[in-house]
Amino acid sequence: MSVVFTDETRERAREIIARYPADRSRSALLPLLHLVQAEEGYVSPAGVAFCAEVLGLNKAQVGAVATFYTMYKRKPTGDFLVSVCTNTMCNVLGGQEVYDTLAEHLGVGHDETTADGTITLEHAECLAACDYGPVMTVNYDFFDGVDASTAVGVVDELRAGGRPMPTRGARLCTLKEMAVQLAGFADERDGAVADGGPGEPTLRGLRLAQQHGVSVPGFDPNTPIRSKAEADKAAAEAKAKAEAAKPAPAEASAAPVKGGDGASAPTGVAEPAKPADATGSTAPDVKAPDDKSPQVRTAETRQPNADTAVPDAPGTKVPADATGTAPEADDARSAEAAGVAANVPAGDGKPAGDEAGAQERNLTEAKAETDADGAGPADANETGAQK
Amino acid sequence: MTTPRPETLAKLTPVLTKRWLSPDAWRIGTYEQLDGYAALRKALKAHPDDLIQLIKDSGLRGRGGAGFPTGLKWGFIPQGDGKPHYLVVNADEGEPGTCKDLPLMTHDPHALVEGVIIASYAIRAARAYIYIRGEAVHAARRLRNAVQEAYDKGYLGRNILRTGYDLELVVHSGAGAYICGEETALLDSLEGFRGQPRLRPPFPATHGLYASPTVVNNVGTIASVPPIVLGGADWWKSMGTEKSSGPMIYSLSGRVANPGQYECSMGVTLRELLELAGGMQPGHNLRFWTPGGSSTPLLAAEHLDVPLDFEGVAAAGSILGTTATQIFSDQDCPVYATYRWLEFYHHESCGKCTPCREGNYWMVRVYRRILAGQGTHEDLDTLLDTCDNILGRSFCGLGDGATSSVTSSLQYFKQDYLDYIEGRTAPKLSEKTLVGAH
Repeated sequence: MSVVFTDETRERAREIIARYPADRSRSALLPLLHLVQAEEGYVSPAGVAFCAEVLGLNKAQVGAVATFYTMYKRKPTGDFLVSVCTNTMCNVLGGQEVYDTLAEHLGVGHDETTADGTITLEHAECLAACDYGPVMTVNYDFFDGVDASTAVGVVDELRAGGRPMPTRGARLCTLKEMAVQLAGFADERDGAVADGGPGEPTLRGLRLAQQHGVSVPGFDPNTPIRSKAEADKAAAEAKAKAEAAKPAPAEASAAPVKGGDGASAPTGVAEPAKPADATGSTAPDVKAPDDKSPQVRTAETRQPNADTAVPDAPGTKVPADATGTAPEADDARSAEAAGVAANVPAGDGKPAGDEAGAQERNLTEAKAETDADGAGPADANETGAQK
Repeated sequence: MTTPRPETLAKLTPVLTKRWLSPDAWRIGTYEQLDGYAALRKALKAHPDDLIQLIKDSGLRGRGGAGFPTGLKWGFIPQGDGKPHYLVVNADEGEPGTCKDLPLMTHDPHALVEGVIIASYAIRAARAYIYIRGEAVHAARRLRNAVQEAYDKGYLGRNILRTGYDLELVVHSGAGAYICGEETALLDSLEGFRGQPRLRPPFPATHGLYASPTVVNNVGTIASVPPIVLGGADWWKSMGTEKSSGPMIYSLSGRVANPGQYECSMGVTLRELLELAGGMQPGHNLRFWTPGGSSTPLLAAEHLDVPLDFEGVAAAGSILGTTATQIFSDQDCPVYATYRWLEFYHHESCGKCTPCREGNYWMVRVYRRILAGQGTHEDLDTLLDTCDNILGRSFCGLGDGATSSVTSSLQYFKQDYLDYIEGRTAPKLSEKTLVGAH
């Protein structure tokens, strides 16, 4: 705990905290942890204490966060962090060989630093440059398409005091200097932001389009933005037109069913928006038979939209009753009360039904609530019947 | 290299990528000469509700993997609720195979900044954050520079372009946690906690950052906003398919002749993408591929003609995801590939829920055993059973995603597993490889 952070670091800490709303200073914790790494090269106990002090947290709270993230190092690091991607794509393209060679060449394993303190080696997960694979980074700037010998060349140059130029990105700085940028400060080195043009893979599709004169036709930057009222009107008109264009036999077969759609279509008058339309979804209400793979179905449940009925999800359609109208708020309340009554009560942390009389009491409460809300006698009877 | 046929070339739709060839497009002066900030001027003259409607009309769907309708998401933000609203851009690109957002932020950062301002104006946010992956230092360098330039020019800050609209934008670097790409984990991380997902509902639309209404959108989604504002919803819908409108950046990696970024009309097929990319590398034949990153079930050579839009890929039993097409050949082993992905999920599991934390831990070990030539037939059942207990039972999509490659590789390439188990394939893992791979 002998480290006393410099005034510059303290001033920077104040700047970082000022970026976030006054009562939300904890948001500054991630950048502050980068900041203490900028001074010490890793997050030391003193660094944790510093963050805790400036944010009014305790050290356990800070430590819990610091140990969660890969980029916060827990022991001193070298000047250059060499990260070799060994995730699947880079791996099969030769990344594993690069990592193994470097580990042997440097005599260190994952998350270890060479004795001279220059290089910390790590194997990294996907670095988001798969089109350049296999890739490695030095202090997070990219060396693309490396093989074992070029990688060894890079680390040898670093150990000899050189600064090899990354394939993309800016010229190298030290890991501590990089941590200042990670804390949210500009790269002050003259011209560093301009370093590194796009590599060929990034531009391939674009070049192909340019060579062959392909562009997206019909782009007019002056296309007016319609007001919402206009858009609604246009949508209603389009709908009415679509309804009118329905083939007659479909109309006839649909006739026995008293649906709102069938009634309004012949007159061509757009009906008022139904609750379902309020979500803005143009998807049909009828879902296709569910032959989806489990992965697809689970993914849709995670991100419910108007097409996927998940309770409480925003935009989930309110289930319409037989007449096609949305249920009244009172109906929803009584339905909820009935639902409460139907559930087996789980009380006081004991297994359901453990406590004699608990179920009785809950049901009575539910009934009282239902009555107070002025729900119909049907609900009360239902509750009573379950007793 | 043979030239692609004209009808295939016509699938190219340079919209989001169009400025990347201009070496200085990251500077505000160059950006302004290339339609830059014209959309903002236009948007600030419109009513915010009209902008939300415009995005709804365009059919834009999230570019981060889930494909949620963007206009719908913006529309969920309650207006007049007296609470602060936030826009958070998810720039935590880390899904294995995905590499479309980093080049965008590096070579055209103002496109994202402009999109942020328009989107924030539409949802009435006075504060926006770009949560960028920590390791993406060069993109962050350019992005921070762009934000500063935008402040200096009056596009950000107080009274933007003298319209009375105020917006503060902060670029916030993460610290190396894949899970923070999950939107609620990202919000926890941005609030200064461990990045662990939250239970939903409530959804971020009502209880997001600092428990306030929040829109979380991917980089590609927000960068799509300025072109839609300029060209209009109908123009946007002239690209893509009926339910998956617009262009999409397809990231081809692996055993292709010319890997890279190909921005195409949604619904392009892998066959067409391969034609654009000059085909497979010599001596390689397509064996398996991911349509959208490692969390999407693998597809095989029989899926070359699946339209790569949200519906088409779902119908083929996979997920469009981030359109990161990682292409593997007959010289790559699907068992080993899956193993490496599982190592990743195991490492990145946040530990909050048991199915993901324990399931991935054990599956990695089962794979090591199989690849070391010590697997049993029972192991395959164990894998499927473990997947059953993770998929849909884990707290967030990370656990689900981990099972994708396992179940799909067992579906299409069970023989490869059996070959290891029954001794027809030489063990791929030795002790040496096992060391360090943790």
